[in-house]
Order: sequence, then C-alpha cells, then structure tokens
Amino acid sequence: MLPLRLAWRQLRAERARLFSAIAGVMFACVLVFMQLGFRSALFDSATALPQAMQGELFLIHPLTTALFRPETFPRVRAYQTLALPEVQVAVPIYMAQAIWRNPVNGTHRAIQLIGFDTEAGAVSFPGLDALIPALKRPDTIAFDWKSRPEFGPVPALLAERGPFQVEIGHRMVEIVGTVALGASFGADGNAVMTETNFRRLVKNRDTSNIDLVALRLRPNADPLTVQKQLTALLPGDVTVVTHDQLVAWERNYWETATPIGFIFAFGSLMGLIVGMVIVYQILFADIASHLAEYATLKAMGFSAGYLRLVVMGAAAILAGLGFVPGILASTGLYRVVAKATLLPLRMQADRGFVVLALIFGMCSIAGLLAMRKLRDADPADMF
Amino acid sequence: MADHPVALSNVGFSFGEGALRRPVLRGLDLTVEPGEVVLLTGPSGSGKTTLLTLVGALRAMQQGSCVVLGQELLGAPESARVALRRRIGFIFQNHNLLGFLTARQNVAMALELHPDFGDEAARLGMAGEILGRVGLADFADVVPAKLSGGQRQRVAVARALVAGPGLILADEPTAALDRQSGRDVVDLMRGLAKDRGMPVLLVTHDPRILDVADRVVAMEDGRIVG
Ligand SMILES: Nc1ncnc2c1ncn2[C@@H]1O[C@H](COP(=O)(O)OP(=O)(O)OP(=O)(O)O)[C@@H](O)[C@H]1O
Ligand SMILES: [Mg+2]
Repeated sequence: MLPLRLAWRQLRAERARLFSAIAGVMFACVLVFMQLGFRSALFDSATALPQAMQGELFLIHPLTTALFRPETFPRVRAYQTLALPEVQVAVPIYMAQAIWRNPVNGTHRAIQLIGFDTEAGAVSFPGLDALIPALKRPDTIAFDWKSRPEFGPVPALLAERGPFQVEIGHRMVEIVGTVALGASFGADGNAVMTETNFRRLVKNRDTSNIDLVALRLRPNADPLTVQKQLTALLPGDVTVVTHDQLVAWERNYWETATPIGFIFAFGSLMGLIVGMVIVYQILFADIASHLAEYATLKAMGFSAGYLRLVVMGAAAILAGLGFVPGILASTGLYRVVAKATLLPLRMQADRGFVVLALIFGMCSIAGLLAMRKLRDADPADMF
Repeated sequence: MADHPVALSNVGFSFGEGALRRPVLRGLDLTVEPGEVVLLTGPSGSGKTTLLTLVGALRAMQQGSCVVLGQELLGAPESARVALRRRIGFIFQNHNLLGFLTARQNVAMALELHPDFGDEAARLGMAGEILGRVGLADFADVVPAKLSGGQRQRVAVARALVAGPGLILADEPTAALDRQSGRDVVDLMRGLAKDRGMPVLLVTHDPRILDVADRVVAMEDGRIVG
C-alpha cells in the first residue's frame, strides 16, 4: 500500500509525463478493443447461418469445413434419426451456390441458395414465417436483404413494385419477400426457398444427397443424451453436433483455416507493444530523474524490493488510469462503427476483462523492464 | 569494546581490480564512544567518504573488522546491511529529499521503516514535531523546491534523526551552505544528538565547525593520524 502511494505521488508530481503515459495506455487499450471487436463481429457475421438454425441437434458430414462448401451425405440419415422416440422432426437442408443476375444492371454474382421444408420449424430466419404461404408457389424465393449491395436494390424494388422476377442460374424465379440473415465471408448473399423449389433451381444436384440435417427433439429430451445415442446409431459419414457445436464448427474454420484470426491478433499485439514502449519510457524516465532520491531511500534502509514495488505500483496505476478512459472511448467508437458498417459491434464484459488483463500485463512488462534501471541507484555514491 | 557504537580495527579497502587496484584505506583503527560527536578531517582523497560508506553499510567490507551497533559488517549479507541502515541516520552533502513530497512527508518516510511508530497520522505528527525542533514548523507542508538550501538541509537533519537512530553519519553537510546556515545545521544536529545520546561521525573540511566536536580525528592517506 505504501509503495503504491509513493508511486502515485511521484506520478502525480509530473503532470505532463503522467498524461502522456495515460494517453499511451489508452491508445493501446482502444486499439486492442477495436481489433478484438472487429474480430468477433466478423466471426459473428460469418456464423449467421448456423446461428439462425433452430434445431437442438444437427447432422453434418465430418469432412465439411464450412457451411458454404459442405460435403454431402445420404438423405436417408435424416430418417434414420427418427428411430429414436426423442427425435420429433428431422429436416434435410440443401445448400448450393448459383449465379444471380442483378435485376438492375445485369451483372453476375454467386449467391448462396438454402432449401428446406419451410414449414417444419427447424430453420427460422427473421421475416420467414410471413412468407411461408407465398414460398409454396413454384419458382419462388425469399431474398436476404442483408446481402451485399452488388445484388441490386432488391428491398427497394419490392417496395416499389411488389414481388418481381429475377434470374438465378439461368432460371427465372419470383422474389416474394425478404428475410434477414447477413452476408458472411463465404457467401455474399443468400436466398431461401422450399426444398421443391431448390430442386427446380439446382438441376444437376442428386437430391438423395443432402448437406445438413436439423433435428427438433421432444420438449423434455436431453440433447446430449440423444447426441450420444445418435452417434452410436448412425454410420461414420455423419457427425452429430449440438447447436453450439455447429456454430463453433463454422467459427473454427474461419479462425484456423484463414488468416483472419491472426491478422487481428497481430493488430492487438502491435497496440500492446506500442503501449508497452510508451509506459516503459515514462517509468524509465521517472527512475532516471530520481536516481539520487532512490539511492537515498536505499541508504535509509528501504529494500530493493520496496523500490521495485514502487515501480510496479506506478505501472499498475498507469494501467488502471489508461484503461478507464480507454474502455469508455472504445464503447463510444463501437457505436459509431456499428452504425456505419452494420457489423454487430458491442462492448462485452468478458472482452473488457480480457483487455484489462492484457493492459495490466503490458504495463507489468514495461515495469519489469524499467526496474532494471533501479540498479543504478547505488547508495554508496551518495556521500 | 562491544558497547562502542562504532569499532573498526585494521580496516583495509581498495578500489579497482588487478593492476588498477588502488588501496584507499590501510589498517585503519577507530572507535566512537556512546554519545560522542567525532569529527573526521583530512585532505581530499584521504578516504574519509570511503570510510563513512563502510561504517554506514553502504559498501561491502573487504578486510579487517567493522562492528557498527553490534553488527559485524565483514561478510555481512545484503539483508543484514539493509537492516543496519535502518538504525543509522544519514545526512548527505546534498539534501536528497524527494521532490514530490512535502517536508513533513519526507521526514515521515524515515518512520515508515519502523512498524513501532504507529500509523500514518502518528508518523506525520512526529515528523511535524521534529520539524518544529529544527525551526521549520511553518514550512512542514512545503515541497523542497520552495525551501532555501539551509532549510532543506535542516529537513534532511530532521529526517536522519526522527526515528531515533543509534548512530548519525554525515558527510560534509555544510559544504553547500553559507556560513550562518552551516553553523545552524551543525548546532541543531549536535543539540538533537546530545539530547538523545546519539553518537555522530561527521566528515568535514569546514574549520569553522570544528568546535562542535567532542573529538577531532585527522586522516591521511587511508590512515588515522591523530
Ligand atoms: N567509486 C570509486 N571508484 C574508484 N575510486 C574511488 C571511488 N570512490 C573514491 N575513489 C578513490 O578513493 C580515494 C578516496 O576517496 P574518498 O572519496 O574516500 O576521499 P575523501 O577523503 O572523501 O575526499 P574528499 O575530501 O575530496 O571528499 C580517492 O583517491 C578516490 O579517487
Ligand atoms: Mg568525501
């Protein structure tokens, strides 16, 4: 406590130095928050499709890396799950990419098609329920209004002239409405339709092979128990996963198989290194300009450990004083950026704790480095 | 012998290594009686400061025996030396006060090392009291930068004495001061030390203050000569 107080009094005495140190810590803090925020927002949007699925359990091919390019498995696996009384519904899901023709300027772009029994209730995207009757008609789709703008101003056109025709994979289909899903790294846009319409649209596809199965269980069934039973029951060409595992599966692909995770980790590290150098220089300058006083304290009988605590105390104070404005500024920045980019950026408590720990670690390392300067305070030189 | 606060016998000390090795103290003997004020004089380079750093446990001993307040310093570990320093009051040529603390807080720092002086309020009270004794009652809550040289050195004297050390070591405490301030500082130091029966070992070149001593010891070329 006393070393901490001494550290605070020393820091307080040099206002300009103190403020530049706080600004340095705050800068590192904001940088790390932004990097981690973007990272998590991108992963969140990358996993929008599995997040929107409603099932308790899912079947997926073990070799599927990500949902935008799934490995197929036999449709019969879906029906085999019904052997267990706990399984209420099994909904096969088809996925494919097809070429979309922009209704305004005619440019082409790949769109992700998702086909399933829209009435089974295992997959639900905001806006879908109201469109279920209309989607029963042949050659109809629901368009994801969060798709990238390159697909054309579909929501505006719908509002203007009602349902209209577009060309997907050289076939004319009718857009009957919009759902909310979101573009991801793997798919720039999405279109949702019934299984029947999917078959009409994707001709060259063997419909006895499917990409994903969503399972709804009876209300009091335990998903983990059923997961074990199904795993024992089904052959090795499918893996049974829970909803969380499905999301994690998708997320894991983007984290490990792409440089995205690395890029943001690298950005965070840069921020921490810059912050550490600033804090180190401030602490070092504080020791260097008080060498005679530190040596006097040693002569008076203060131990080297006490003086090290003073330095670490100063480091901890700087960490705390920089973190508070840092987290406030980051929360504000998140709001601004979220508004501008539509990315799901939000301040989260667990991220706050992670950054707090990182900032304290950063300042501690700076303190440990600066501490070496204390050796130059030799009480024998004092007389 | 054991009740002497300072007892040195046959102390030798050299700076440098190998061919550059230069002896600074050679076979030096010195004792200080309880409550005695001893003044150490001698030409520049004769080893006075070196001797003081050995007695103050600021430097490791090389040769001979140096017993200070009952602690043998030859071969003493760093922890024993740190512990001994807490029982010695140091007054340096420069005041070396912490610039970001007030006079009172600077003095109270010396009490922080001793748990028996009570809490912060008690420490600040004691510090204020001794600052009054050195004539700085009105300057207790002022930072060193706003004090004169003589006032700062009086704060340093207060800091050295406040914890009731068993020995006071001072190296040219008047060198940076004018005649009158220097006189005031040594008089204060002697007065406080005598009141409390603390022995003082004081190095000085200043002939004007020789009269504060009970005994004057002259050094030359690393030895006591009289
Ligand atoms: N840290 C050191 N390293 C090497 N030599 C030193 C060191 N300190 C002192 N000396 C040498 O030791 C000798 C004694 O120095 P010391 O400081 O003890 O003299 P002094 O009697 O205090 O002199 P002064 O009256 O000028 O203060 C000098 O020749 C000096 O050059
Ligand atoms: Mg000297």
